[in-house]
Amino acid sequence: MADFEVPELKEELEIPPVHKGVTSHLKPFVADAQFQEPLGYPGELVENWQEVAINKMGELLGKYRSLRVFLDICVKCGACTDKCHYYLGTTDGNNMPVARQDLMRRVYRRYFTLAGKYFPKLVGAVDLTKEVLDQWYSYYHQCSQCRRCSVFCPYGIDTAEISMAAREILDSVGVGQKYCNEIIGKVIKIGNNLGLPQPALADTLEGLEEEVKMDTGVDVRFPLDEKGAEVLLVTPSADFFAEPHVDGLIGYAKVFHQAGISWTLSSYASEAANFGMFIGSYENMRRLALRIREAALDLGVKRIVFGECGHAWRVAYAFLNTLAGPFDFLDPKYPVPQHICEVTYDLIKRGALKLDPSANDHRRVTFHDSCNVARATRMGDFPGGQFVIPREILRSVCNHFYDMPPEASYDATFCCGGGGGLLTDDLIELRVKGALPRMQALKHVVEEYGVTHLVAICAICKSQFSKVMPYYGFEMDQILSLHQLVGDALVFEAQA
Amino acid sequence: MSALTVVYALLFYFAAAVLVLGVAYRVWLYARTPAPLKIPVTPAPLTPAGVAVRLAKEVVFFASLFRGNKWTWLFGWVFHFALLLVLLRHLRYFQEPVWTWVALIQPFGKYAAYGMVAGLVGLWARRFLVDRVRYISAPSDHLMLALLLAIALSGLAMKYFFHTDIVALKAFFLGLLRFDLQPLPADGMLLVHLTLVALLMIIFPFSKLLHAPGLFFAPTRNQVDNPREKRHLAPWAAQLEAGGREAPTSS
Repeated sequence: MADFEVPELKEELEIPPVHKGVTSHLKPFVADAQFQEPLGYPGELVENWQEVAINKMGELLGKYRSLRVFLDICVKCGACTDKCHYYLGTTDGNNMPVARQDLMRRVYRRYFTLAGKYFPKLVGAVDLTKEVLDQWYSYYHQCSQCRRCSVFCPYGIDTAEISMAAREILDSVGVGQKYCNEIIGKVIKIGNNLGLPQPALADTLEGLEEEVKMDTGVDVRFPLDEKGAEVLLVTPSADFFAEPHVDGLIGYAKVFHQAGISWTLSSYASEAANFGMFIGSYENMRRLALRIREAALDLGVKRIVFGECGHAWRVAYAFLNTLAGPFDFLDPKYPVPQHICEVTYDLIKRGALKLDPSANDHRRVTFHDSCNVARATRMGDFPGGQFVIPREILRSVCNHFYDMPPEASYDATFCCGGGGGLLTDDLIELRVKGALPRMQALKHVVEEYGVTHLVAICAICKSQFSKVMPYYGFEMDQILSLHQLVGDALVFEAQA
Repeated sequence: MSALTVVYALLFYFAAAVLVLGVAYRVWLYARTPAPLKIPVTPAPLTPAGVAVRLAKEVVFFASLFRGNKWTWLFGWVFHFALLLVLLRHLRYFQEPVWTWVALIQPFGKYAAYGMVAGLVGLWARRFLVDRVRYISAPSDHLMLALLLAIALSGLAMKYFFHTDIVALKAFFLGLLRFDLQPLPADGMLLVHLTLVALLMIIFPFSKLLHAPGLFFAPTRNQVDNPREKRHLAPWAAQLEAGGREAPTSS
């Protein structure tokens, strides 16, 4: 099934001994000029790349406090060394967060610190050679920017910040990653990651209306570009097509339908994902975010709600107000933006939804905390709401819910292995190996509680799990959208 | 006045200047560099007071390190708090009369030196024994531990084997503070101890010892979790907005 060794699931997660360079061969495809240039980057490695890279690093050091502080203050205590899912799955030393940071820190010291200028050997400073640049390309694309390392760092050093900066530097010298940059280009040109134009989207949504009507006999609508709707729903475009994502979308529609909330999708802003974050590009991230603002103004909505997607919720919750705010034209009664889980949870608490959890009695479920939701955002009005609210929803719609072990959940959750712009087939070995810690935790609840399904609220997690679970002896359909369970539990009165 | 006294007086003026100005420069750099995005690692406090508590937990208890690795936490915490006690105990050499609380901690401060040594030995052992930590250690990481250990051991050696004229030493340091040079005792172990301390002060602003001030500037820990309630905009991002073609249509 694979031309690499799939890690074995043991009794519990083991910390492997370090190996040097065992995944240095893993590199995603490099972007062609056609994918680089629309984003404002050179189409191929520029001639004076070393100078450009160092200048870019200098610029970023002046623009991002995180980068400047984090490159200075690491004491190499080693607390992060066994925290990265890619290290645990690949055993490559450079996948230890501190070692990954050091790939850039060594160059930073050489060009930006006295110690590195005069005593490079002593402090481990190196010149930025082509070899180092290649190492950056490889290992900064073996970080899913999940922030798990930062939770355990005594100084809160976040490797994601370093890998974003590294990718921005790589882009600026002409060595971008095809997967991310092609996708960003599609959103800029068409409006979503899939490159799905308005007519195709309208068609798809019409098909969904028919499907739901057949299943339930209820006329649940999937409106597109409807001016004057109360809610603009921005959801990852995978929700329109992929399994199990689309069942989540059906769930959101059913919730809106039963609550009597008018809503619409936008063909112009038909994408919640914002891969600008993965490549560390404020400008590109902002370009994508502004589409949502424009769509909201254009459609005259009162609220913006985001569908199930991890990094999208990070950009939405933590960055949207910065990138595309202020949103003073929306209804001030609601936070901007809201997560679909916040909407559903509020409705459940108010008793506005009629739910029959026994509809999900054939499922015994556990919940995967998506990294970006868990460690970079919040839901509700209290810290940790991002953990409580999805679980409360699950408990309301399903009688059999079991948590995975605490070292693999909540803010210590493990990435699915496909986040951070790595959800591409050219990195399948990395994705499978990086899923090891989550699969290990899943195995635990499967054996302990007979769990049958893993529930997630992230499009990337869902795609990644349906792809990699079979490598570990699970079925690809054991991953579900949270709102699929909600949709299945909703009881409609006027069923034909 | 002996040449020795003059040399060490100059050394300490120099070291103190490098330490203070060097750290002040780094802190100024950190403070001046904007954090353009809200990136607190969540769950994060919703108020500035909450942030103060979060940082205090890190500074006092090394809370995150405790979650991360119990051995490193144990050695690291013992070392740092022993060092703090030792530093406070040394205040007596810079003041006359000695403050009461400084006098009171004197007996504990003496034992703290052992805590320093124990913590440092434990931390250094990890650099050899744990393969992951060995992998990430540069020569400077070993030398930093060697320097700190040498400072602690030379201090202990003076206490038990190579006594110095502590009254004269205090007069020397009080003299430095008052710009009135007093003779420094020419004892070998004392000179070793003082040289190493001066070296540490000089290295501080150019090394990973910047973790001390840097901790307070990590946006992942010092930001309030309120991005939806309050718009956060860095000056360079505001400029981008003002100049950008796709600037938002309302202010």
